[in-house]
Amino acid sequence: MADTIDIRPGFADPVIESQQVFRAVLDAMARPGRIQSVPDGLTPPAPLAVGSAAFCLALADHDTPVWLAPGLRNPATLAFLRFHCGCPIVEEPESAAFAIADAAGLPALDSFAMGSDAWPETSTTVVVQVDDLQERGPLRLTGPGIETAHRLSVPGLRPGLPDEWEANRKLFPCGVDLVLVAGRRIAALPRTTTVTVGAED
Amino acid sequence: MPTVIPHPTASTATAAAPQRLEGYNFAYLDEQTKRMIRRALLKAVAVPGYQVPFGSREMPLPYGWGTGGIQVTAAVIGPDDTLKVIDQGADDTTNAVNIRRFFAKTAGVATTDRTVDASIIQTRHRIPETPLTEDQILVYQVPIPEPLRQLEPREAETRKMHALEEYGVMHVSLYEDIAKFGRITKSYNYPVRVNGRYVMAPSPIPKFDNPKMDRMPALQLFGAGREKRLYAVPPYTEVKSLDFEDHPFEVETWEQDCALCGAGDSYLDEVIVDDKGTRMFVCSDSDYCRERREAGHQGDGGPA
Repeated sequence: MADTIDIRPGFADPVIESQQVFRAVLDAMARPGRIQSVPDGLTPPAPLAVGSAAFCLALADHDTPVWLAPGLRNPATLAFLRFHCGCPIVEEPESAAFAIADAAGLPALDSFAMGSDAWPETSTTVVVQVDDLQERGPLRLTGPGIETAHRLSVPGLRPGLPDEWEANRKLFPCGVDLVLVAGRRIAALPRTTTVTVGAED
Repeated sequence: MPTVIPHPTASTATAAAPQRLEGYNFAYLDEQTKRMIRRALLKAVAVPGYQVPFGSREMPLPYGWGTGGIQVTAAVIGPDDTLKVIDQGADDTTNAVNIRRFFAKTAGVATTDRTVDASIIQTRHRIPETPLTEDQILVYQVPIPEPLRQLEPREAETRKMHALEEYGVMHVSLYEDIAKFGRITKSYNYPVRVNGRYVMAPSPIPKFDNPKMDRMPALQLFGAGREKRLYAVPPYTEVKSLDFEDHPFEVETWEQDCALCGAGDSYLDEVIVDDKGTRMFVCSDSDYCRERREAGHQGDGGPA
Protein backbone atom coordinates (compact mmCIF):
# COMPACT_ATOMS: atom_id res chain seq x y z
CA MET A 1 0.00 0.00 0.00
CA ALA A 2 1.26 3.44 -0.84
CA ASP A 3 2.36 5.67 2.00
CA THR A 4 -0.31 8.13 2.98
CA ILE A 5 0.37 11.55 4.42
CA ASP A 6 -1.86 13.19 6.93
CA ILE A 7 -2.71 16.50 5.28
CA ARG A 8 -3.82 18.90 7.99
CA PRO A 9 -6.92 20.97 7.28
CA GLY A 10 -6.67 24.53 5.97
CA PHE A 11 -8.98 27.43 6.83
CA ALA A 12 -12.49 26.51 7.95
CA ASP A 13 -13.81 29.59 6.12
CA PRO A 14 -11.19 30.40 3.48
CA VAL A 15 -12.78 33.64 2.26
CA ILE A 16 -13.16 35.33 5.64
CA GLU A 17 -10.00 33.94 7.22
CA SER A 18 -7.84 34.84 4.20
CA GLN A 19 -9.10 38.40 4.51
CA GLN A 20 -8.35 38.50 8.25
CA VAL A 21 -4.85 37.12 7.75
CA PHE A 22 -4.17 39.53 4.90
CA ARG A 23 -5.33 42.51 6.98
CA ALA A 24 -3.05 41.39 9.81
CA VAL A 25 -0.10 41.17 7.39
CA LEU A 26 -1.03 44.48 5.73
CA ASP A 27 -1.24 46.21 9.11
CA ALA A 28 2.07 44.64 10.14
CA MET A 29 3.72 45.77 6.91
CA ALA A 30 2.22 49.28 7.14
CA ARG A 31 3.30 49.70 10.79
CA PRO A 32 6.65 47.91 11.09
CA GLY A 33 7.23 46.48 14.54
CA ARG A 34 3.58 46.55 15.59
CA ILE A 35 2.52 42.99 16.36
CA GLN A 36 -0.68 41.64 14.77
CA SER A 37 -2.41 38.31 15.31
CA VAL A 38 -3.84 35.88 12.80
CA PRO A 39 -7.03 34.02 13.75
CA ASP A 40 -6.81 30.90 15.87
CA GLY A 41 -7.84 27.50 14.64
CA LEU A 42 -5.13 26.27 12.27
CA THR A 43 -3.21 23.12 13.18
CA PRO A 44 -0.45 23.09 10.58
CA PRO A 45 2.04 20.24 10.31
CA ALA A 46 5.16 20.72 12.44
CA PRO A 47 7.43 22.60 12.26
CA LEU A 48 5.29 25.08 10.31
CA ALA A 49 4.07 27.84 12.67
CA VAL A 50 0.40 28.86 12.67
CA GLY A 51 1.39 32.32 11.42
CA SER A 52 3.43 31.08 8.47
CA ALA A 53 0.79 28.50 7.52
CA ALA A 54 -1.91 31.19 7.66
CA PHE A 55 0.31 33.51 5.59
CA CYS A 56 0.67 30.86 2.87
CA LEU A 57 -2.99 29.88 2.87
CA ALA A 58 -3.99 33.52 2.50
CA LEU A 59 -1.43 34.67 -0.06
CA ALA A 60 0.29 31.79 -1.87
CA ASP A 61 -1.07 30.06 -4.97
CA HIS A 62 0.06 28.71 -8.32
CA ASP A 63 1.53 32.13 -9.20
CA THR A 64 3.91 32.20 -6.24
CA PRO A 65 6.92 29.89 -6.07
CA VAL A 66 7.61 29.08 -2.41
CA TRP A 67 10.97 28.16 -0.92
CA LEU A 68 11.15 26.25 2.35
CA ALA A 69 14.22 26.17 4.57
CA PRO A 70 15.61 22.63 4.86
CA GLY A 71 14.52 22.44 8.50
CA LEU A 72 10.89 22.99 7.47
CA ARG A 73 10.87 20.56 4.58
CA ASN A 74 9.18 17.30 5.31
CA PRO A 75 6.49 15.32 3.50
CA ALA A 76 3.75 16.73 5.71
CA THR A 77 4.63 20.42 5.23
CA LEU A 78 5.20 19.98 1.50
CA ALA A 79 1.91 18.13 1.10
CA PHE A 80 0.09 20.79 3.16
CA LEU A 81 1.35 23.63 0.95
CA ARG A 82 0.93 21.73 -2.32
CA PHE A 83 -2.61 20.63 -1.48
CA HIS A 84 -4.01 23.86 -0.02
CA CYS A 85 -2.05 26.52 -1.93
CA GLY A 86 -1.11 24.67 -5.11
CA CYS A 87 2.14 26.61 -5.01
CA PRO A 88 5.27 25.36 -6.75
CA ILE A 89 8.00 24.49 -4.23
CA VAL A 90 11.36 25.70 -5.50
CA GLU A 91 14.89 24.64 -4.62
CA GLU A 92 16.62 28.00 -5.02
CA PRO A 93 15.78 30.86 -2.64
CA GLU A 94 16.32 33.45 -5.38
CA SER A 95 13.48 32.07 -7.49
CA ALA A 96 10.92 32.28 -4.67
CA ALA A 97 8.14 34.84 -4.29
CA PHE A 98 7.71 33.66 -0.71
CA ALA A 99 10.30 31.97 1.47
CA ILE A 100 9.60 30.34 4.81
CA ALA A 101 12.46 29.75 7.23
CA ASP A 102 13.10 29.27 10.91
CA ALA A 103 15.52 31.68 12.57
CA ALA A 104 18.26 29.04 12.59
CA GLY A 105 17.76 28.01 8.96
CA LEU A 106 17.50 31.53 7.52
CA PRO A 107 20.07 31.85 4.73
CA ALA A 108 21.91 35.10 4.01
CA LEU A 109 19.36 37.74 3.04
CA ASP A 110 21.13 38.41 -0.25
CA SER A 111 20.51 34.83 -1.38
CA PHE A 112 16.86 35.75 -2.05
CA ALA A 113 15.45 37.62 -5.03
CA MET A 114 16.19 41.33 -4.60
CA GLY A 115 14.04 42.70 -7.41
CA SER A 116 15.47 45.26 -9.81
CA ASP A 117 15.42 49.05 -9.82
CA ALA A 118 12.75 48.97 -12.52
CA TRP A 119 10.74 46.13 -10.94
CA PRO A 120 11.40 46.25 -7.19
CA GLU A 121 8.19 44.32 -6.38
CA THR A 122 9.73 41.10 -7.73
CA SER A 123 11.79 40.57 -4.59
CA THR A 124 11.15 37.70 -2.19
CA THR A 125 8.97 38.15 0.87
CA VAL A 126 10.73 36.15 3.59
CA VAL A 127 8.69 34.68 6.44
CA VAL A 128 10.90 33.93 9.45
CA GLN A 129 9.63 31.79 12.31
CA VAL A 130 10.98 33.00 15.63
CA ASP A 131 10.40 31.92 19.23
CA ASP A 132 8.88 35.14 20.47
CA LEU A 133 7.99 38.71 19.49
CA GLN A 134 7.61 41.62 21.90
CA GLU A 135 6.89 45.30 21.25
CA ARG A 136 9.80 46.34 23.45
CA GLY A 137 13.44 45.40 23.62
CA PRO A 138 16.70 45.92 21.83
CA LEU A 139 15.67 46.68 18.25
CA ARG A 140 14.75 50.28 17.48
CA LEU A 141 12.78 50.67 14.25
CA THR A 142 12.31 53.90 12.32
CA GLY A 143 11.05 54.70 8.84
CA PRO A 144 7.77 54.85 6.90
CA GLY A 145 4.82 53.56 8.91
CA ILE A 146 6.40 54.57 12.23
CA GLU A 147 5.46 57.83 13.95
CA THR A 148 8.72 58.23 15.89
CA ALA A 149 10.24 54.85 16.74
CA HIS A 150 8.96 51.36 17.48
CA ARG A 151 10.73 48.85 19.72
CA LEU A 152 10.86 45.17 18.92
CA SER A 153 12.45 42.15 20.45
CA VAL A 154 13.05 39.12 18.24
CA PRO A 155 14.96 36.51 20.24
CA GLY A 156 16.91 33.90 18.32
CA LEU A 157 17.91 35.97 15.30
CA ARG A 158 21.55 35.56 14.38
CA PRO A 159 23.79 38.40 15.62
CA GLY A 160 24.85 39.47 12.12
CA LEU A 161 21.29 40.02 10.90
CA PRO A 162 21.03 43.76 11.73
CA ASP A 163 24.07 44.38 9.51
CA GLU A 164 22.61 42.27 6.73
CA TRP A 165 19.36 44.19 7.14
CA GLU A 166 21.17 47.51 6.84
CA ALA A 167 22.79 46.30 3.61
CA ASN A 168 19.36 45.21 2.39
CA ARG A 169 17.81 48.58 3.29
CA LYS A 170 20.50 50.42 1.34
CA LEU A 171 19.45 48.58 -1.82
CA PHE A 172 16.14 50.47 -1.82
CA PRO A 173 13.96 50.28 -3.92
CA CYS A 174 15.29 46.70 -4.19
CA GLY A 175 15.53 44.35 -1.25
CA VAL A 176 13.60 41.65 0.57
CA ASP A 177 10.74 42.26 3.02
CA LEU A 178 10.65 40.26 6.25
CA VAL A 179 7.59 38.88 7.97
CA LEU A 180 8.39 37.69 11.49
CA VAL A 181 6.14 35.01 12.92
CA ALA A 182 5.90 33.69 16.48
CA GLY A 183 2.96 31.31 16.70
CA ARG A 184 -0.08 33.39 15.79
CA ARG A 185 1.75 36.67 16.19
CA ILE A 186 3.09 38.56 13.18
CA ALA A 187 5.34 41.58 12.75
CA ALA A 188 6.91 42.79 9.54
CA LEU A 189 10.01 44.65 8.45
CA PRO A 190 9.53 46.15 4.99
CA ARG A 191 12.73 47.11 3.19
CA THR A 192 12.27 50.76 4.20
CA THR A 193 12.65 50.14 7.94
CA THR A 194 15.87 51.21 9.64
CA VAL A 195 16.84 48.87 12.46
CA THR A 196 19.34 49.91 15.09
CA VAL A 197 20.37 47.82 18.05
CA GLY A 198 20.47 49.62 21.35
CA ALA A 199 19.09 49.77 24.86
CA GLU A 200 15.64 51.22 25.56
CA ASP A 201 15.39 55.01 25.32
CA MET B 1 -35.24 84.64 -2.28
CA PRO B 2 -32.14 82.70 -1.26
CA THR B 3 -31.71 79.47 -3.16
CA VAL B 4 -31.57 76.35 -1.06
CA ILE B 5 -28.75 74.02 -2.04
CA PRO B 6 -29.80 70.39 -1.59
CA HIS B 7 -27.11 69.24 0.80
CA PRO B 8 -27.47 66.05 2.83
CA THR B 9 -28.96 66.70 6.21
CA ALA B 10 -29.62 63.18 7.46
CA SER B 11 -27.19 60.30 7.60
CA THR B 12 -27.68 57.58 4.98
CA ALA B 13 -25.71 54.99 6.96
CA THR B 14 -26.80 51.38 6.58
CA ALA B 15 -26.17 48.58 9.06
CA ALA B 16 -24.24 45.43 8.23
CA ALA B 17 -26.52 42.84 6.64
CA PRO B 18 -25.81 39.16 7.13
CA GLN B 19 -27.67 38.45 3.90
CA ARG B 20 -25.42 39.08 0.93
CA LEU B 21 -26.32 39.02 -2.75
CA GLU B 22 -26.59 35.40 -3.80
CA GLY B 23 -24.32 34.04 -6.52
CA TYR B 24 -21.37 36.30 -5.80
CA ASN B 25 -18.26 35.77 -3.72
CA PHE B 26 -17.76 37.99 -0.69
CA ALA B 27 -16.93 41.48 -2.02
CA TYR B 28 -17.50 40.37 -5.62
CA LEU B 29 -13.93 39.42 -6.65
CA ASP B 30 -12.88 35.77 -6.77
CA GLU B 31 -10.28 34.61 -4.24
CA GLN B 32 -7.42 34.19 -6.72
CA THR B 33 -7.87 37.79 -7.88
CA LYS B 34 -7.96 39.01 -4.28
CA ARG B 35 -4.73 37.14 -3.50
CA MET B 36 -3.04 38.72 -6.52
CA ILE B 37 -4.19 42.21 -5.48
CA ARG B 38 -3.24 41.58 -1.85
CA ARG B 39 0.28 40.51 -2.81
CA ALA B 40 0.64 43.63 -4.95
CA LEU B 41 -0.62 45.80 -2.07
CA LEU B 42 1.96 44.37 0.33
CA LYS B 43 4.76 45.21 -2.11
CA ALA B 44 3.22 48.64 -2.69
CA VAL B 45 3.40 49.35 1.05
CA ALA B 46 7.00 48.10 1.15
CA VAL B 47 8.03 50.45 -1.70
CA PRO B 48 6.13 53.68 -0.92
CA GLY B 49 5.06 55.59 -4.02
CA TYR B 50 6.13 52.91 -6.50
CA GLN B 51 3.42 51.76 -8.93
CA VAL B 52 3.01 48.00 -8.72
CA PRO B 53 1.44 46.42 -11.82
CA PHE B 54 -1.55 44.18 -11.18
CA GLY B 55 -3.99 42.12 -13.23
CA SER B 56 -6.89 44.55 -13.11
CA ARG B 57 -10.21 42.79 -13.71
CA GLU B 58 -13.23 43.93 -15.61
CA MET B 59 -15.64 45.32 -13.05
CA PRO B 60 -19.38 45.89 -13.35
CA LEU B 61 -18.85 49.59 -13.96
CA PRO B 62 -16.92 51.46 -16.65
CA TYR B 63 -13.32 52.58 -16.43
CA GLY B 64 -13.15 56.03 -14.94
CA TRP B 65 -15.80 55.25 -12.33
CA GLY B 66 -13.46 53.81 -9.76
CA THR B 67 -12.62 50.31 -11.00
CA GLY B 68 -9.17 50.52 -9.41
CA GLY B 69 -10.42 51.80 -6.09
CA ILE B 70 -13.18 49.19 -5.99
CA GLN B 71 -10.72 46.36 -6.58
CA VAL B 72 -8.46 47.62 -3.79
CA THR B 73 -11.42 47.99 -1.43
CA ALA B 74 -12.71 44.51 -2.37
CA ALA B 75 -9.31 42.98 -1.57
CA VAL B 76 -9.01 44.78 1.77
CA ILE B 77 -12.56 44.83 3.15
CA GLY B 78 -13.88 42.35 5.72
CA PRO B 79 -17.31 41.77 7.24
CA ASP B 80 -16.49 43.93 10.28
CA ASP B 81 -15.50 46.99 8.28
CA THR B 82 -17.58 50.14 7.92
CA LEU B 83 -17.31 51.70 4.50
CA LYS B 84 -17.61 55.32 3.47
CA VAL B 85 -17.40 56.36 -0.17
CA ILE B 86 -17.02 59.94 -1.34
CA ASP B 87 -16.93 61.51 -4.76
CA GLN B 88 -15.50 65.05 -4.80
CA GLY B 89 -16.13 65.14 -1.06
CA ALA B 90 -19.81 64.21 -1.22
CA ASP B 91 -21.42 60.97 -0.04
CA ASP B 92 -24.58 61.46 -2.06
CA THR B 93 -23.31 61.61 -5.65
CA THR B 94 -24.07 58.84 -8.13
CA ASN B 95 -20.60 57.32 -8.08
CA ALA B 96 -20.37 57.27 -4.29
CA VAL B 97 -23.89 55.96 -3.75
CA ASN B 98 -23.43 53.14 -6.22
CA ILE B 99 -20.05 51.99 -4.95
CA ARG B 100 -21.36 52.04 -1.38
CA ARG B 101 -24.42 50.05 -2.44
CA PHE B 102 -22.20 47.62 -4.37
CA PHE B 103 -20.29 46.69 -1.21
CA ALA B 104 -23.40 46.70 0.96
CA LYS B 105 -24.87 44.11 -1.43
CA THR B 106 -21.83 41.95 -2.22
CA ALA B 107 -20.05 42.11 1.15
CA GLY B 108 -22.93 42.88 3.51
CA VAL B 109 -20.79 45.49 5.26
CA ALA B 110 -22.05 48.46 7.21
CA THR B 111 -21.81 51.78 5.40
CA THR B 112 -21.67 55.27 6.75
CA ASP B 113 -21.26 58.82 5.59
CA ARG B 114 -19.55 59.93 8.78
CA THR B 115 -15.80 60.12 8.39
CA VAL B 116 -15.18 59.27 12.04
CA ASP B 117 -17.27 56.07 11.87
CA ALA B 118 -15.57 54.60 8.79
CA SER B 119 -12.78 52.02 8.86
CA ILE B 120 -12.30 52.18 5.08
CA ILE B 121 -12.93 55.32 3.04
CA GLN B 122 -12.90 55.04 -0.72
CA THR B 123 -12.49 58.40 -2.35
CA ARG B 124 -12.61 60.03 -5.72
CA HIS B 125 -10.71 63.32 -5.84
CA ARG B 126 -10.82 64.49 -2.21
CA ILE B 127 -9.37 63.77 1.21
CA PRO B 128 -11.91 64.31 4.02
CA GLU B 129 -11.45 67.49 6.05
CA THR B 130 -11.72 65.57 9.34
CA PRO B 131 -8.22 64.24 10.14
CA LEU B 132 -7.99 60.47 9.65
CA THR B 133 -6.75 58.08 12.33
CA GLU B 134 -4.50 55.02 12.58
CA ASP B 135 -7.56 52.76 12.44
CA GLN B 136 -8.61 53.94 8.99
CA ILE B 137 -7.58 53.09 5.44
CA LEU B 138 -8.03 55.63 2.66
CA VAL B 139 -8.50 54.12 -0.83
CA TYR B 140 -8.06 56.49 -3.77
CA GLN B 141 -9.55 56.03 -7.22
CA VAL B 142 -6.81 56.95 -9.68
CA PRO B 143 -7.28 57.67 -13.40
CA ILE B 144 -3.63 58.23 -14.45
CA PRO B 145 -1.18 56.76 -11.91
CA GLU B 146 1.95 57.87 -13.77
CA PRO B 147 2.90 61.43 -12.77
CA LEU B 148 5.33 61.68 -15.70
CA ARG B 149 2.84 60.51 -18.34
CA GLN B 150 1.98 64.02 -19.61
CA LEU B 151 5.69 64.63 -20.13
CA GLU B 152 6.77 61.21 -21.43
CA PRO B 153 4.15 59.01 -23.08
CA ARG B 154 6.30 55.84 -23.26
CA GLU B 155 5.87 53.46 -20.33
CA ALA B 156 9.33 51.93 -20.92
CA GLU B 157 10.85 55.39 -20.53
CA THR B 158 8.92 56.47 -17.44
CA ARG B 159 9.77 53.15 -15.76
CA LYS B 160 13.44 53.85 -16.43
CA MET B 161 13.07 57.40 -15.12
CA HIS B 162 11.60 56.10 -11.85
CA ALA B 163 14.30 53.43 -11.59
CA LEU B 164 17.07 55.98 -12.06
CA GLU B 165 15.31 58.61 -9.93
CA GLU B 166 15.48 60.90 -12.95
CA TYR B 167 12.82 63.51 -12.29
CA GLY B 168 14.43 66.53 -13.96
CA VAL B 169 11.73 66.70 -16.60
CA MET B 170 9.06 67.17 -13.91
CA HIS B 171 10.94 70.07 -12.37
CA VAL B 172 11.41 71.58 -15.81
CA SER B 173 7.68 71.39 -16.40
CA LEU B 174 6.98 73.16 -13.11
CA TYR B 175 9.67 75.72 -13.95
CA GLU B 176 8.11 76.38 -17.35
CA ASP B 177 4.89 77.27 -15.54
CA ILE B 178 6.75 79.83 -13.46
CA ALA B 179 8.52 81.22 -16.52
CA LYS B 180 5.23 81.58 -18.40
CA PHE B 181 2.76 82.51 -15.68
CA GLY B 182 4.85 83.53 -12.70
CA ARG B 183 3.59 80.63 -10.58
CA ILE B 184 3.03 76.88 -10.69
CA THR B 185 -0.42 76.62 -12.22
CA LYS B 186 -1.11 72.95 -11.49
CA SER B 187 -4.10 72.99 -9.14
CA TYR B 188 -4.99 69.29 -8.89
CA ASN B 189 -3.04 66.02 -9.21
CA TYR B 190 -0.11 68.12 -8.03
CA PRO B 191 2.98 65.85 -8.05
CA VAL B 192 4.46 64.76 -4.73
CA ARG B 193 7.64 63.03 -3.65
CA VAL B 194 7.14 60.11 -1.28
CA ASN B 195 9.72 59.40 1.42
CA GLY B 196 12.29 61.34 -0.57
CA ARG B 197 12.34 58.82 -3.41
CA TYR B 198 9.43 58.24 -5.80
CA VAL B 199 7.55 61.04 -7.51
CA MET B 200 3.90 60.07 -7.27
CA ALA B 201 0.57 61.25 -8.64
CA PRO B 202 -1.70 61.92 -5.66
CA SER B 203 -4.72 61.31 -7.97
CA PRO B 204 -6.78 64.34 -9.02
CA ILE B 205 -7.27 65.69 -5.51
CA PRO B 206 -7.01 69.49 -5.30
CA LYS B 207 -3.56 70.59 -4.21
CA PHE B 208 -5.39 71.90 -1.13
CA ASP B 209 -5.43 68.27 0.05
CA ASN B 210 -1.74 67.52 -0.59
CA PRO B 211 -0.54 68.59 2.87
CA LYS B 212 -3.00 66.14 4.45
CA MET B 213 -1.11 63.23 2.84
CA ASP B 214 2.10 64.13 4.63
CA ARG B 215 2.64 61.89 7.69
CA MET B 216 -1.05 60.90 7.69
CA PRO B 217 -1.76 58.37 10.48
CA ALA B 218 -3.99 56.33 8.13
CA LEU B 219 -2.71 53.94 5.48
CA GLN B 220 -3.25 55.33 1.96
CA LEU B 221 -3.84 52.91 -0.93
CA PHE B 222 -4.23 53.89 -4.58
CA GLY B 223 -5.86 51.85 -7.34
CA ALA B 224 -5.87 52.57 -11.07
CA GLY B 225 -8.06 50.01 -12.83
CA ARG B 226 -7.62 50.95 -16.47
CA GLU B 227 -3.88 51.52 -16.10
CA LYS B 228 -3.52 48.38 -13.93
CA ARG B 229 -1.39 49.93 -11.20
CA LEU B 230 -1.52 49.97 -7.40
CA TYR B 231 0.51 52.10 -5.07
CA ALA B 232 0.56 53.05 -1.44
CA VAL B 233 1.77 55.52 1.14
CA PRO B 234 2.32 53.92 4.56
CA PRO B 235 1.25 55.85 7.69
CA TYR B 236 3.53 58.64 8.94
CA THR B 237 5.40 58.79 5.65
CA GLU B 238 6.77 62.03 4.29
CA VAL B 239 4.81 63.25 1.26
CA LYS B 240 6.26 66.46 -0.10
CA SER B 241 4.69 68.52 -2.87
CA LEU B 242 7.31 69.43 -5.46
CA ASP B 243 8.31 73.08 -5.46
CA PHE B 244 11.26 75.47 -5.61
CA GLU B 245 12.93 77.37 -2.79
CA ASP B 246 11.84 80.71 -4.27
CA HIS B 247 8.42 79.39 -5.32
CA PRO B 248 7.27 77.33 -2.34
CA PHE B 249 4.20 75.11 -2.59
CA GLU B 250 0.99 76.90 -1.67
CA VAL B 251 -2.61 75.77 -1.37
CA GLU B 252 -5.74 77.50 -2.60
CA THR B 253 -7.44 80.04 -0.36
CA TRP B 254 -10.85 81.65 -0.61
CA GLU B 255 -12.08 85.10 0.32
CA GLN B 256 -15.40 83.56 1.40
CA ASP B 257 -16.31 81.11 4.12
CA CYS B 258 -18.73 78.25 3.49
CA ALA B 259 -22.20 79.78 3.01
CA LEU B 260 -23.86 76.90 4.86
CA CYS B 261 -21.59 76.17 7.83
CA GLY B 262 -19.26 79.16 7.87
CA ALA B 263 -16.10 77.03 7.73
CA GLY B 264 -13.06 79.03 6.78
CA ASP B 265 -10.66 76.09 6.69
CA SER B 266 -12.27 73.69 4.21
CA TYR B 267 -12.14 73.25 0.46
CA LEU B 268 -15.01 75.19 -1.10
CA ASP B 269 -17.03 74.42 -4.22
CA GLU B 270 -18.36 77.29 -6.25
CA VAL B 271 -22.06 76.87 -6.98
CA ILE B 272 -23.96 78.97 -9.52
CA VAL B 273 -27.39 79.65 -8.06
CA ASP B 274 -29.25 81.50 -10.81
CA ASP B 275 -28.97 82.41 -14.46
CA LYS B 276 -27.47 85.82 -13.65
CA GLY B 277 -24.20 84.29 -12.52
CA THR B 278 -24.80 84.66 -8.78
CA ARG B 279 -22.44 82.34 -6.94
CA MET B 280 -22.15 80.86 -3.53
CA PHE B 281 -19.35 78.85 -1.96
CA VAL B 282 -20.03 75.70 0.05
CA CYS B 283 -17.89 72.96 1.59
CA SER B 284 -17.00 70.21 -0.85
CA ASP B 285 -16.85 67.74 2.07
CA SER B 286 -20.58 67.27 2.73
CA ASP B 287 -20.05 65.30 5.97
CA TYR B 288 -17.77 67.96 7.41
CA CYS B 289 -20.28 70.66 6.51
CA ARG B 290 -23.20 68.78 8.04
CA GLU B 291 -21.34 68.00 11.25
CA ARG B 292 -20.43 71.65 11.64
CA ARG B 293 -24.05 72.71 11.09
CA GLU B 294 -25.23 70.08 13.55
CA ALA B 295 -22.76 71.52 16.05
CA GLY B 296 -24.44 74.90 15.63
CA HIS B 297 -22.15 76.61 13.14
CA GLN B 298 -23.89 78.68 10.52
CA GLY B 299 -22.79 80.44 7.37
CA ASP B 300 -24.16 83.65 5.94
CA GLY B 301 -26.56 81.68 3.71
CA GLY B 302 -25.00 82.88 0.48
CA PRO B 303 -26.24 85.61 -1.81
CA ALA B 304 -29.75 86.77 -1.02
